[in-house]
Amino acid sequence: MAEKERLTLILFSGDLDKALAAFNLAIGAASSGMEVSMFFTFWGLNIIKRNEGNIRSKGIMRRMLNLMNRGGSKRAHLSKFHMMGLGTWMMKRLMKDINFPQLDELMAMAKEMGVKFIACTTSMGIMGIGKEAFIPGVDSFAGVATYLAEAREGKINLFI
Amino acid sequence: MKADATLDCIGLYCPMPIAHTAKKLKDLEVGQVLEILADDEGIKEDMPAWCRTTGNELLGIEEESGQYKVYVKKSHN
Repeated sequence: MAEKERLTLILFSGDLDKALAAFNLAIGAASSGMEVSMFFTFWGLNIIKRNEGNIRSKGIMRRMLNLMNRGGSKRAHLSKFHMMGLGTWMMKRLMKDINFPQLDELMAMAKEMGVKFIACTTSMGIMGIGKEAFIPGVDSFAGVATYLAEAREGKINLFI
Repeated sequence: MKADATLDCIGLYCPMPIAHTAKKLKDLEVGQVLEILADDEGIKEDMPAWCRTTGNELLGIEEESGQYKVYVKKSHN
């Protein structure tokens, strides 16, 4: 085939359900021979934060923010029916019931298929988090110009 | 229908059947046929669409009591 078509996807949300939808699309597109770039910005950064250890940041406000907003794919909540964890726990059970992969498994699968992960440096600056806060799968740390350059070439561009 | 390989996607939901199909097809030679077993009804629409986007040939879909046998011929590398 000719030059590969491209899907770009901005994950703005840190919600579990929205992240699942985003990774489903990314995996589907990569399976269909598309090049896929995912940009994680604002709350979406939570999805690519590592699950282990502490997230360090400077200053009382940023430390508080990162305490309350720890992030990590395993800590993501449903956007509704979280019910202090019960709803999210149930949804994960239901997914397991039908052998549907959990979010971190989908992320590993996307990575294996060559999906690019890009973290937004402006959000990182505002929230006071460094590169060490993220999973090793993040390919680059960049901003809006990088996104636009890719989106201009994109056949499909989504904001979730 | 005769196939060169079989891929079991019973119990798997979108996008897993197409993700596994894409991966499995890489191991096949051009012209060989992959049989995909699935029970997610979405496959009836998804596999033809996947074949259209990737330029592989859909030879047919057989349905029997809620299970599907889908035949895809690898058309290019």
